[in-house]
Amino acid sequence: MFVSGKPGLWVRHGLLCLALAVSAAGARAEDGKAAVHIDNFAFVPMELKIKRGTEVTWTNNDDIPHTVLAVGTNIRSKTMDTEGTFIYKFDKAGTFNYICALHPHMKAKVVVTE
Amino acid sequence: MTDAPENQDRRGFLTCMSWAGAAAVWSISGGIPTSRLIGSAEAAETKGFSFAQVSDSHLGFDKPVNTNVTGTFEEALKKVTSQADKPAFIIHTGDITHLSKPKEFDDGSQLLKATGLQVYTVPGEHDVLEEDRKSYLNRYGKGTKGDGWYSFNAHGVHFVGLVNVIDLQGAGLGTLGKPQLEWLEKDVAGLTASTPIVVFAHVPLWIAYQDWGWGTADGAQALTYLKKFGSVTVLNGHIHQVMQKVEGHVAFHSARSTAFPQGVPGVAKGPGPMPVPAGELKNFLGIRKVTLVTNNTPLAIVDTSLAG
Repeated sequence: MFVSGKPGLWVRHGLLCLALAVSAAGARAEDGKAAVHIDNFAFVPMELKIKRGTEVTWTNNDDIPHTVLAVGTNIRSKTMDTEGTFIYKFDKAGTFNYICALHPHMKAKVVVTE
Repeated sequence: MTDAPENQDRRGFLTCMSWAGAAAVWSISGGIPTSRLIGSAEAAETKGFSFAQVSDSHLGFDKPVNTNVTGTFEEALKKVTSQADKPAFIIHTGDITHLSKPKEFDDGSQLLKATGLQVYTVPGEHDVLEEDRKSYLNRYGKGTKGDGWYSFNAHGVHFVGLVNVIDLQGAGLGTLGKPQLEWLEKDVAGLTASTPIVVFAHVPLWIAYQDWGWGTADGAQALTYLKKFGSVTVLNGHIHQVMQKVEGHVAFHSARSTAFPQGVPGVAKGPGPMPVPAGELKNFLGIRKVTLVTNNTPLAIVDTSLAG
């Protein structure tokens, strides 16, 4: 994926992912699912708000592998290569800060409400 | 970069640093480096004990920016072995593989073995993706401490291989950790101050670009143990481009990848693989040769692109 060299495309792509994630999060009441994408060394959205019981799917859109790791929890993915995914169902309310264990400057969070 | 004033601030260094380019020779005298672009013929004239550095071969990577990383790695190793004065050994500064897969490691071992040269390695974060890190440690961990750190002496130079890619968390940077720092302190304690030191690790030991995690959180602590030495050279990979700076008697150098270039801080949106125009890839890949010139400047460092 070479969007990094094309800011316009990157922004559009980012917004698209954000829109998808928001709509997915918005649809959780019905299907209990939400999505986070990894684009250009960033989790999108960086803050995901969901209801307890929601299943979140992370998808890596980068050419470089990434992981999902929330220190001190059991939220820990295996290495996700390009197009790799990780699914985690949030059964507890709270704020879950997480990083990519390979690129720990990639920080994001999931906020789970009752 | 030549004649960098001692009071130059970090921004100044960032501006004049060489991010990429053709072959450059580095002569380090009294801690002050001078560099110039050279042809490979001139580079070959440097005599003395030398070793080669290769880095970030990412075997297993297959994305469009380079669909033949095995081929470019092999080419880089051929550049090393075809030098007129053959390097004494090869240092691979990590990310031998892309995904820590056994086949990727096997391919790497085979290509490195084919050089007929002794090979020293440190792991990159891509080499220790498995929980137990066995694929790396089974192949390269023999005789090392902890997660794979060690030291050795060659031609009067003390070499230290450090591991700063384990448990990357919190600060967003590489870490060495307390056990390794304690080991390092003891390892160099008995050496005379005139011993040239070469430290190699995957992630830069200095903070090259914090926003992308290009640095080591406790790297400065490691350097305090090396203060007494008159010549300290630090070699890294990870950032897939040539970058260097000098602090007192310590010279820091990051090497090119043999697989693909990465974005330039302040220019690219992120640190991922950087697409380059067709036919120009090899200008961005390369090897490094370091020569100890007896009775002269301590170390001369030559970066050679695969196209050169």
